[in-house]
Amino acid sequence: MRTLTYAEALAEAMAEEMRRDPAVVLWGIDIGPYGGAFGATRGLSEEFGPERVIDMPVSEAGYTGCGVGAAATGLRPIVELQFSDWITIASDMLINQAANMRYMFGGEISIPLVLRAPVGGYTSAAAQHSHSFESIFAYVAGLKVALPATPYDAKGLLKSAIRDNNPVIFFEHKKLYEVEGEVPQEDYTIPLGQADVKRAGSDVTIVTYSYMVSKSLAAAEQLAADGIDVEVVDLRTVDPIDEDAILASVKKTHRLVVVQETWRKCSVSSEVAAIVAEKALDYLDEPIVRVTAHDVPVPFTPVLEEYVLPSEEKIVAAVKRVAG
Amino acid sequence: MDIPREKLLLMVERMLKVRHFEDRVKDLFAAGEMPGFVHLYLGEEAVAVGACAALNDDDYITSTHRGHGHIIAKGGDVKRMMAELYGKATGYNKGKGGSMHIADPSLGILGANGIVGAGLPIATGAGLSAKLRKSGQVTVCFFGDGASNQGTFHEAINIAAAFDLPVVYVCENNLYAVGTRQGDVRKVEDIADRGVGYDIPGLAVDGNDVVAVYEACKEAVDRARAGMGPTLIECKTYRWRTHFEGEPDTYRPPEEVEAWIKREPIAPYRKLLIEQGVLTEAQADEIEADVVRELDEAVEFARQSPLPEPETALQGLWA
Repeated sequence: MRTLTYAEALAEAMAEEMRRDPAVVLWGIDIGPYGGAFGATRGLSEEFGPERVIDMPVSEAGYTGCGVGAAATGLRPIVELQFSDWITIASDMLINQAANMRYMFGGEISIPLVLRAPVGGYTSAAAQHSHSFESIFAYVAGLKVALPATPYDAKGLLKSAIRDNNPVIFFEHKKLYEVEGEVPQEDYTIPLGQADVKRAGSDVTIVTYSYMVSKSLAAAEQLAADGIDVEVVDLRTVDPIDEDAILASVKKTHRLVVVQETWRKCSVSSEVAAIVAEKALDYLDEPIVRVTAHDVPVPFTPVLEEYVLPSEEKIVAAVKRVAG
Repeated sequence: MDIPREKLLLMVERMLKVRHFEDRVKDLFAAGEMPGFVHLYLGEEAVAVGACAALNDDDYITSTHRGHGHIIAKGGDVKRMMAELYGKATGYNKGKGGSMHIADPSLGILGANGIVGAGLPIATGAGLSAKLRKSGQVTVCFFGDGASNQGTFHEAINIAAAFDLPVVYVCENNLYAVGTRQGDVRKVEDIADRGVGYDIPGLAVDGNDVVAVYEACKEAVDRARAGMGPTLIECKTYRWRTHFEGEPDTYRPPEEVEAWIKREPIAPYRKLLIEQGVLTEAQADEIEADVVRELDEAVEFARQSPLPEPETALQGLWA
């Protein structure tokens, strides 16, 4: 099969959906001829023109709010933030507006909005260009949150997000944009809320998502050499979260490690642990172990950043703890 | 006054409907018939009605926490509004929104909003949407003097100006943001002057003169529809009541309140229409009697309507 980078897969998803539905439009900063800060919109302004691929001023609340208003009036906007850290500036439009509107208005209005944003560290970019806020948005009722880990998932999930009639926050990892993978040329979608077992195994379950899937798979290879057979469950969306997939894997392996790049407290990893504690505690042979960032801002210099963020070695050590 | 007769009559009818609706809500709320809290539009009727009279049925508005007047002015159903204020299942939002969150997309009402300044980007997005869809629709964005100090005001108007979007920004300057007198927290006297910063027309009008509001908005709506971009219109007005019902008025001089109540917008307009032969006294009385009857029915409808089933709280999150 043909391979594409994650960025190319995202661009292809948007191009296909824009060809399929004239209501799909795209705006953000430097997304026109410039092609987007990470290249995910390359070629789109050439094909669809400045009417449908719109360069916005630096006004995160303003142009995200425009996405809400346009979604309420017949368009299906895709809004790109240049870095997900700046979602804080746009968050009233997402949390108080987009997430609430359908419910609060008694079903009178729907908001088919996709907010795309690059997340993640490992780039020595320090605390305002390295964070991942999926836990905050997964916490909000009325928003869906997707974090693809591969080019294949990026295309299929983004197409589903664009076709969804609800607001979807779509977090793309900066370390993944240049990663290549097999991506079918034909139209396909991946349902939001369906996890994917990226590696089947029988001894320990790792539940993870986004860039941590690669690190977990690499750790699993190392552990296989030590005779520990790891199953890696990629959530793909953290809201909705695929409880069945988490529970099925834990019931099989009886051991759970949760791996996420961002902060530990009140996070997606907390939610995964709570789901298993509520619904499959009796199946666990060992306490749940979480591998997460330390609860400090992501620091700049590599030696500090590596200390704060999860690594293959930390995942290996965690799996060994539960594997006994 | 080059305004069609139907429009002139519509404006008197809608202003009376806002006035009587709010008077009822004031009393019913004080009597404990409604949960939550309400922000009344009494005294500002000419702004919503004058602006909405300049719009077509399929044009859009965004509204605010003080939104009853906007919803009625755009043609909202007072029965469903009143039922929503009572928290009933027959209300606009099925009891999930209340006073601050009424929306009716069939009338172009994109929702009242409890976050000050949040309507500005949403209205701008509706304008961008109309432009991209080439639908010819115009959006009126209502907001207050307080919202004009939010970042969203500046971001939204800059975007609308940059792209010549069909949006009319109607600022209701009622001098106070809750209890803060606006002159104390803003240097410019006229919010309309801020239009200069975005190279769009900015004009201040008497917000208690429905004809002045209509004429300013009509010109701005026509410009917007012709692709000539947004306009900022500041309507100088005053709310008779405190920020919300039940709040003690510790921050406004009583003589200021009295002076503005004396300048109320409906009686002079009614007088004008009678003087100009548009209406007779008897016809004006009849219009008002019809409004009163409609509101009697609305209150009765709200009172008789069932409360929502508790389980419906878990429905309607997802489309």
